[in-house]
Amino acid sequence: MKAAIILFPGSNRERDALRAVEKIANAKPSVVWHGEHSLPAGSDLAVLPGGFSYGDYLRCGAIAARAPVMDAVRAHARRGGLVLGICNGFQILVEAGLLPGVLMRNANLRFICRMQHLTVERADTPFTSNYAKGQIIKVAIAHGEGNYVADAETIARVEGEGRVAFRYCDARGGRNGDANPNGSVNDIAGIYSERFNVLGLMPHPENLIDPLVGGIDGRGMFESLAAFKGTPDQGTFGYRRSATPSAAPFMLNRRRAACFNFFHADASATRRPTPG
Amino acid sequence: MKARVVVTLKDGILDPQGKAIEGALKSLGIAGIDSLRQGKIFEIELATNDPTAAEGVLRAACEKLLANQVVENFQVEIFSNFASGGLPEQANMSEENITGT
Repeated sequence: MKAAIILFPGSNRERDALRAVEKIANAKPSVVWHGEHSLPAGSDLAVLPGGFSYGDYLRCGAIAARAPVMDAVRAHARRGGLVLGICNGFQILVEAGLLPGVLMRNANLRFICRMQHLTVERADTPFTSNYAKGQIIKVAIAHGEGNYVADAETIARVEGEGRVAFRYCDARGGRNGDANPNGSVNDIAGIYSERFNVLGLMPHPENLIDPLVGGIDGRGMFESLAAFKGTPDQGTFGYRRSATPSAAPFMLNRRRAACFNFFHADASATRRPTPG
Repeated sequence: MKARVVVTLKDGILDPQGKAIEGALKSLGIAGIDSLRQGKIFEIELATNDPTAAEGVLRAACEKLLANQVVENFQVEIFSNFASGGLPEQANMSEENITGT
Protein backbone atom coordinates (compact mmCIF):
# COMPACT_ATOMS: atom_id res chain seq x y z
CA MET A 1 0.00 0.00 0.00
CA LYS A 2 1.18 3.52 -0.79
CA ALA A 3 0.13 6.31 1.51
CA ALA A 4 0.28 10.08 1.12
CA ILE A 5 0.40 12.13 4.34
CA ILE A 6 -0.98 15.57 3.48
CA LEU A 7 0.88 18.36 5.21
CA PHE A 8 -0.77 21.75 5.80
CA PRO A 9 0.77 24.77 7.50
CA GLY A 10 -0.09 24.10 11.15
CA SER A 11 -0.42 20.30 10.91
CA ASN A 12 1.39 18.83 13.90
CA ARG A 13 0.57 15.11 14.00
CA GLU A 14 1.98 14.21 10.62
CA ARG A 15 4.93 12.31 12.06
CA ASP A 16 2.65 10.25 14.28
CA ALA A 17 0.48 9.44 11.26
CA LEU A 18 3.52 8.66 9.14
CA ARG A 19 4.97 6.33 11.74
CA ALA A 20 1.68 4.43 12.22
CA VAL A 21 1.17 4.12 8.48
CA GLU A 22 4.70 2.90 7.91
CA LYS A 23 5.21 0.63 10.91
CA ILE A 24 1.75 -0.86 11.31
CA ALA A 25 0.02 -0.44 7.96
CA ASN A 26 3.21 -1.54 6.18
CA ALA A 27 2.67 1.28 3.74
CA LYS A 28 5.22 3.36 1.91
CA PRO A 29 4.43 6.87 3.08
CA SER A 30 5.29 10.11 1.40
CA VAL A 31 4.57 13.58 2.68
CA VAL A 32 2.62 15.78 0.30
CA TRP A 33 2.62 19.55 0.71
CA HIS A 34 -0.75 21.33 0.60
CA GLY A 35 0.21 23.31 -2.50
CA GLU A 36 0.59 20.20 -4.66
CA HIS A 37 -2.00 19.53 -7.34
CA SER A 38 -1.71 15.76 -7.34
CA LEU A 39 -0.98 12.82 -5.08
CA PRO A 40 1.99 10.53 -5.81
CA ALA A 41 1.06 8.10 -8.58
CA GLY A 42 -0.54 4.92 -7.29
CA SER A 43 -1.46 6.30 -3.86
CA ASP A 44 -3.93 3.99 -2.12
CA LEU A 45 -4.43 6.04 1.02
CA ALA A 46 -4.41 9.77 1.75
CA VAL A 47 -4.04 10.73 5.41
CA LEU A 48 -5.02 14.18 6.70
CA PRO A 49 -3.24 14.40 10.06
CA GLY A 50 -4.19 16.31 13.18
CA GLY A 51 -3.05 19.76 14.17
CA PHE A 52 -4.21 23.31 13.80
CA SER A 53 -4.03 24.01 10.08
CA TYR A 54 -3.95 27.76 9.44
CA GLY A 55 -4.26 28.35 13.18
CA ASP A 56 -7.93 27.29 13.04
CA TYR A 57 -8.63 30.71 11.48
CA LEU A 58 -12.17 31.37 10.24
CA ARG A 59 -13.37 27.87 11.17
CA CYS A 60 -11.34 24.75 11.98
CA GLY A 61 -10.20 23.18 8.73
CA ALA A 62 -11.95 25.78 6.58
CA ILE A 63 -8.89 27.20 4.86
CA ALA A 64 -7.05 23.89 4.53
CA ALA A 65 -10.17 22.43 2.89
CA ARG A 66 -9.70 24.93 0.03
CA ALA A 67 -5.99 24.14 -0.51
CA PRO A 68 -4.95 22.99 -4.00
CA VAL A 69 -4.11 19.47 -2.81
CA MET A 70 -7.70 18.96 -1.68
CA ASP A 71 -8.87 18.76 -5.30
CA ALA A 72 -6.48 15.83 -5.69
CA VAL A 73 -7.78 14.26 -2.47
CA ARG A 74 -11.35 14.74 -3.70
CA ALA A 75 -10.51 13.08 -7.02
CA HIS A 76 -8.75 10.25 -5.16
CA ALA A 77 -11.87 9.72 -3.02
CA ARG A 78 -14.10 9.82 -6.10
CA ARG A 79 -12.04 7.02 -7.62
CA GLY A 80 -12.68 5.01 -4.44
CA GLY A 81 -9.25 5.67 -2.94
CA LEU A 82 -8.98 5.55 0.84
CA VAL A 83 -8.93 8.80 2.81
CA LEU A 84 -8.34 8.99 6.57
CA GLY A 85 -8.85 12.31 8.37
CA ILE A 86 -7.81 12.41 12.02
CA CYS A 87 -8.86 15.25 14.34
CA ASN A 88 -8.08 18.42 12.34
CA GLY A 89 -8.08 16.10 9.32
CA PHE A 90 -11.72 15.22 10.11
CA GLN A 91 -12.54 18.92 10.40
CA ILE A 92 -10.91 19.48 7.00
CA LEU A 93 -12.90 16.62 5.43
CA VAL A 94 -16.24 18.04 6.55
CA GLU A 95 -15.26 21.54 5.40
CA ALA A 96 -14.19 20.07 2.05
CA GLY A 97 -17.57 18.39 1.64
CA LEU A 98 -16.09 14.88 1.66
CA LEU A 99 -18.07 14.03 4.79
CA PRO A 100 -21.37 15.53 5.97
CA GLY A 101 -21.91 17.72 9.03
CA VAL A 102 -19.54 20.00 10.89
CA LEU A 103 -17.42 20.00 14.06
CA MET A 104 -18.35 22.75 16.47
CA ARG A 105 -16.79 24.02 19.70
CA ASN A 106 -16.90 21.42 22.49
CA ALA A 107 -20.11 21.83 24.49
CA ASN A 108 -18.13 22.65 27.66
CA LEU A 109 -15.97 25.20 25.75
CA ARG A 110 -12.77 23.50 26.90
CA PHE A 111 -9.95 21.92 24.97
CA ILE A 112 -10.05 18.27 26.04
CA CYS A 113 -6.88 16.17 26.09
CA ARG A 114 -7.29 12.75 27.68
CA MET A 115 -7.80 9.05 27.07
CA GLN A 116 -11.25 8.10 25.81
CA HIS A 117 -13.11 4.84 25.22
CA LEU A 118 -14.86 4.26 21.90
CA THR A 119 -17.04 1.53 20.47
CA VAL A 120 -16.15 0.21 17.04
CA GLU A 121 -19.49 0.34 15.26
CA ARG A 122 -18.64 -1.96 12.37
CA ALA A 123 -15.73 -4.23 11.51
CA ASP A 124 -16.28 -4.71 7.80
CA THR A 125 -14.56 -1.62 6.41
CA PRO A 126 -11.00 -1.09 5.15
CA PHE A 127 -10.27 0.81 8.39
CA THR A 128 -11.71 -1.56 11.00
CA SER A 129 -11.53 -5.15 9.73
CA ASN A 130 -9.01 -6.08 12.43
CA TYR A 131 -11.35 -4.96 15.18
CA ALA A 132 -14.47 -6.79 16.31
CA LYS A 133 -17.89 -5.20 15.87
CA GLY A 134 -18.80 -3.57 19.18
CA GLN A 135 -15.23 -3.76 20.50
CA ILE A 136 -14.36 -1.12 23.07
CA ILE A 137 -11.03 0.57 22.43
CA LYS A 138 -9.16 3.18 24.44
CA VAL A 139 -7.42 5.93 22.50
CA ALA A 140 -6.43 9.55 22.99
CA ILE A 141 -8.52 12.61 22.21
CA ALA A 142 -7.13 16.14 22.02
CA HIS A 143 -9.45 18.75 20.57
CA GLY A 144 -11.35 21.95 21.22
CA GLU A 145 -13.79 21.55 18.35
CA GLY A 146 -15.03 17.98 18.23
CA ASN A 147 -18.72 18.49 18.75
CA TYR A 148 -20.24 16.75 15.72
CA VAL A 149 -23.34 18.53 14.45
CA ALA A 150 -25.55 17.94 11.42
CA ASP A 151 -29.21 18.54 10.67
CA ALA A 152 -31.70 15.87 11.72
CA GLU A 153 -32.12 14.62 8.16
CA THR A 154 -28.36 14.14 7.69
CA ILE A 155 -28.02 12.37 11.04
CA ALA A 156 -30.92 10.06 10.12
CA ARG A 157 -29.27 9.26 6.79
CA VAL A 158 -25.81 8.66 8.29
CA GLU A 159 -27.28 6.44 11.01
CA GLY A 160 -29.60 4.67 8.58
CA GLU A 161 -26.73 3.83 6.25
CA GLY A 162 -24.59 2.57 9.14
CA ARG A 163 -21.97 5.21 8.53
CA VAL A 164 -21.07 5.91 12.16
CA ALA A 165 -17.55 4.49 12.59
CA PHE A 166 -16.94 5.08 16.31
CA ARG A 167 -18.95 6.37 19.27
CA TYR A 168 -17.74 7.76 22.57
CA CYS A 169 -18.49 5.45 25.49
CA ASP A 170 -17.27 4.60 28.99
CA ALA A 171 -14.93 1.72 29.86
CA ARG A 172 -17.81 -0.77 29.75
CA GLY A 173 -19.27 0.54 26.54
CA GLY A 174 -21.98 2.53 28.34
CA ARG A 175 -23.32 5.62 26.64
CA ASN A 176 -25.10 7.56 29.35
CA GLY A 177 -24.07 11.06 28.32
CA ASP A 178 -21.18 11.41 30.78
CA ALA A 179 -18.92 9.44 28.44
CA ASN A 180 -19.46 11.96 25.64
CA PRO A 181 -16.60 14.45 25.97
CA ASN A 182 -17.74 17.16 23.57
CA GLY A 183 -21.50 17.07 23.04
CA SER A 184 -21.47 15.27 19.68
CA VAL A 185 -24.87 14.17 18.39
CA ASN A 186 -25.47 10.46 19.18
CA ASP A 187 -21.95 10.26 20.71
CA ILE A 188 -20.49 10.26 17.20
CA ALA A 189 -16.67 10.17 17.22
CA GLY A 190 -16.15 9.28 13.56
CA ILE A 191 -18.10 8.74 10.35
CA TYR A 192 -17.67 7.15 6.93
CA SER A 193 -18.52 8.43 3.48
CA GLU A 194 -21.30 6.75 1.50
CA ARG A 195 -18.86 4.23 -0.01
CA PHE A 196 -16.94 3.71 3.25
CA ASN A 197 -13.65 4.69 1.62
CA VAL A 198 -13.41 8.00 3.52
CA LEU A 199 -13.19 7.98 7.32
CA GLY A 200 -13.02 11.04 9.56
CA LEU A 201 -12.61 10.76 13.33
CA MET A 202 -11.69 13.06 16.19
CA PRO A 203 -9.69 10.55 18.32
CA HIS A 204 -6.07 9.68 17.62
CA PRO A 205 -5.57 5.95 16.91
CA GLU A 206 -2.17 6.78 15.39
CA ASN A 207 -0.88 7.69 18.84
CA LEU A 208 -1.80 4.34 20.38
CA ILE A 209 0.40 1.92 18.48
CA ASP A 210 3.20 1.39 21.00
CA PRO A 211 2.87 0.01 24.57
CA LEU A 212 5.55 2.48 25.59
CA VAL A 213 3.10 5.36 25.27
CA GLY A 214 0.15 3.84 27.04
CA GLY A 215 -1.65 1.43 24.75
CA ILE A 216 -1.94 -0.23 21.40
CA ASP A 217 -5.67 0.01 20.72
CA GLY A 218 -5.01 2.21 17.71
CA ARG A 219 -3.04 -0.50 15.94
CA GLY A 220 -6.18 -2.24 14.74
CA MET A 221 -6.95 0.56 12.33
CA PHE A 222 -3.55 0.44 10.66
CA GLU A 223 -3.51 -3.38 10.66
CA SER A 224 -6.88 -3.24 8.94
CA LEU A 225 -5.42 -0.94 6.31
CA ALA A 226 -2.47 -3.31 5.88
CA ALA A 227 -4.85 -6.23 5.38
CA PHE A 228 -7.06 -4.37 2.91
CA LYS A 229 -6.81 -5.79 -0.58
CA GLY A 230 -8.82 -3.43 -2.69
CA THR A 231 -8.57 -3.90 -6.39
CA PRO A 232 -10.22 -1.99 -9.22
CA ASP A 233 -14.01 -2.27 -9.32
CA GLN A 234 -14.15 -4.93 -6.65
CA GLY A 235 -17.08 -5.10 -4.27
CA THR A 236 -18.47 -2.45 -1.98
CA PHE A 237 -15.10 -1.42 -0.64
CA GLY A 238 -13.13 -1.83 -3.84
CA TYR A 239 -11.30 1.15 -5.20
CA ARG A 240 -9.44 2.14 -8.32
CA ARG A 241 -5.88 3.27 -8.62
CA SER A 242 -4.98 6.58 -10.17
CA ALA A 243 -5.20 6.34 -13.92
CA THR A 244 -2.84 9.22 -14.62
CA PRO A 245 0.46 8.77 -12.80
CA SER A 246 2.66 11.82 -12.80
CA ALA A 247 6.32 11.37 -11.98
CA ALA A 248 7.35 14.93 -11.24
CA PRO A 249 5.31 15.61 -8.08
CA PHE A 250 6.20 12.16 -6.83
CA MET A 251 9.91 12.95 -6.96
CA LEU A 252 9.28 16.23 -5.18
CA ASN A 253 7.36 14.47 -2.47
CA ARG A 254 10.07 11.89 -1.98
CA ARG A 255 12.55 14.65 -1.44
CA ARG A 256 10.29 16.29 1.12
CA ALA A 257 9.77 12.95 2.83
CA ALA A 258 13.52 12.58 3.30
CA CYS A 259 13.41 14.63 6.49
CA PHE A 260 11.29 11.92 8.05
CA ASN A 261 13.87 9.26 7.42
CA PHE A 262 14.73 8.78 11.06
CA PHE A 263 11.43 6.93 11.40
CA HIS A 264 12.48 4.51 8.71
CA ALA A 265 15.21 2.99 10.88
CA ASP A 266 13.23 0.00 12.14
CA ALA A 267 10.79 -0.30 9.27
CA SER A 268 11.64 -4.00 9.05
CA ALA A 269 10.19 -4.74 12.49
CA THR A 270 7.52 -7.42 12.26
CA ARG A 271 3.93 -6.50 12.89
CA ARG A 272 2.24 -8.02 15.87
CA PRO A 273 -1.49 -8.68 15.90
CA THR A 274 -3.64 -6.77 18.38
CA PRO A 275 -5.05 -9.02 21.11
CA GLY A 276 -8.83 -9.32 20.86
CA MET B 1 -17.37 50.04 -3.04
CA LYS B 2 -17.56 48.55 0.43
CA ALA B 3 -19.51 45.69 1.83
CA ARG B 4 -20.13 44.04 5.12
CA VAL B 5 -20.81 40.32 5.50
CA VAL B 6 -22.42 39.09 8.69
CA VAL B 7 -22.25 35.37 9.41
CA THR B 8 -24.45 33.98 12.16
CA LEU B 9 -25.30 30.53 13.43
CA LYS B 10 -28.57 29.08 12.22
CA ASP B 11 -31.43 28.80 14.66
CA GLY B 12 -31.25 25.67 16.74
CA ILE B 13 -27.46 25.31 16.45
CA LEU B 14 -25.91 25.25 19.89
CA ASP B 15 -23.78 28.37 20.46
CA PRO B 16 -21.74 27.69 23.60
CA GLN B 17 -19.67 30.87 23.11
CA GLY B 18 -22.82 32.98 22.91
CA LYS B 19 -24.13 31.25 26.03
CA ALA B 20 -20.90 32.00 27.91
CA ILE B 21 -21.05 35.68 26.88
CA GLU B 22 -24.71 35.83 27.87
CA GLY B 23 -23.80 34.42 31.28
CA ALA B 24 -20.97 36.92 31.69
CA LEU B 25 -23.33 39.83 30.94
CA LYS B 26 -25.77 38.52 33.53
CA SER B 27 -22.97 38.25 36.08
CA LEU B 28 -22.07 41.90 35.37
CA GLY B 29 -25.59 42.84 36.37
CA ILE B 30 -26.63 43.90 32.87
CA ALA B 31 -30.29 43.02 32.94
CA GLY B 32 -32.83 42.79 30.14
CA ILE B 33 -31.00 40.44 27.75
CA ASP B 34 -33.13 37.44 26.89
CA SER B 35 -30.59 35.65 24.73
CA LEU B 36 -27.39 36.29 22.82
CA ARG B 37 -25.80 34.59 19.80
CA GLN B 38 -22.26 35.21 18.58
CA GLY B 39 -21.41 35.71 14.92
CA LYS B 40 -18.71 37.10 12.66
CA ILE B 41 -18.44 40.32 10.63
CA PHE B 42 -16.25 40.73 7.54
CA GLU B 43 -15.62 44.24 6.22
CA ILE B 44 -14.74 44.02 2.55
CA GLU B 45 -13.48 46.51 -0.01
CA LEU B 46 -14.55 45.64 -3.53
CA ALA B 47 -12.73 46.43 -6.75
CA THR B 48 -15.99 47.00 -8.58
CA ASN B 49 -18.54 49.80 -8.37
CA ASP B 50 -21.26 47.73 -9.96
CA PRO B 51 -23.70 46.50 -7.31
CA THR B 52 -24.74 43.48 -9.39
CA ALA B 53 -21.16 42.36 -9.91
CA ALA B 54 -20.44 43.01 -6.22
CA GLU B 55 -23.38 40.87 -5.24
CA GLY B 56 -22.06 38.01 -7.35
CA VAL B 57 -18.58 38.26 -5.85
CA LEU B 58 -19.88 38.40 -2.30
CA ARG B 59 -22.32 35.57 -2.75
CA ALA B 60 -19.52 33.38 -4.13
CA ALA B 61 -17.23 34.40 -1.25
CA CYS B 62 -19.89 33.50 1.31
CA GLU B 63 -20.90 30.23 -0.29
CA LYS B 64 -17.36 29.05 -0.95
CA LEU B 65 -15.61 30.12 2.22
CA LEU B 66 -16.97 32.75 4.59
CA ALA B 67 -19.98 30.76 5.79
CA ASN B 68 -20.37 27.04 6.38
CA GLN B 69 -23.96 26.69 5.31
CA VAL B 70 -24.40 23.48 7.29
CA VAL B 71 -24.64 25.59 10.44
CA GLU B 72 -24.35 29.23 9.41
CA ASN B 73 -26.40 31.90 7.62
CA PHE B 74 -24.91 34.92 5.93
CA GLN B 75 -26.15 38.40 5.23
CA VAL B 76 -24.45 40.85 2.88
CA GLU B 77 -24.74 44.62 2.93
CA ILE B 78 -23.30 46.57 0.00
CA PHE B 79 -22.57 50.26 0.41
CA SER B 80 -22.44 52.13 -2.88
CA ASN B 81 -21.75 55.58 -1.39
CA PHE B 82 -19.58 56.12 1.59
CA ALA B 83 -17.44 58.69 3.31
CA SER B 84 -13.78 57.84 2.80
CA GLY B 85 -11.95 56.12 5.60
CA GLY B 86 -14.79 54.21 7.13
CA LEU B 87 -18.12 52.61 6.71
CA PRO B 88 -20.85 54.96 5.50
CA GLU B 89 -23.01 57.33 7.41
CA GLN B 90 -26.53 56.07 7.72
CA ALA B 91 -27.79 59.02 5.60
CA ASN B 92 -25.90 58.34 2.37
CA MET B 93 -25.93 54.59 2.60
CA SER B 94 -27.51 52.66 -0.18
CA GLU B 95 -27.87 49.18 1.07
CA GLU B 96 -28.63 45.90 -0.56
CA ASN B 97 -29.23 42.75 1.30
CA ILE B 98 -28.38 39.30 0.11
CA THR B 99 -29.37 36.70 2.55
CA GLY B 100 -28.19 33.16 2.34
CA THR B 101 -29.74 30.32 4.25
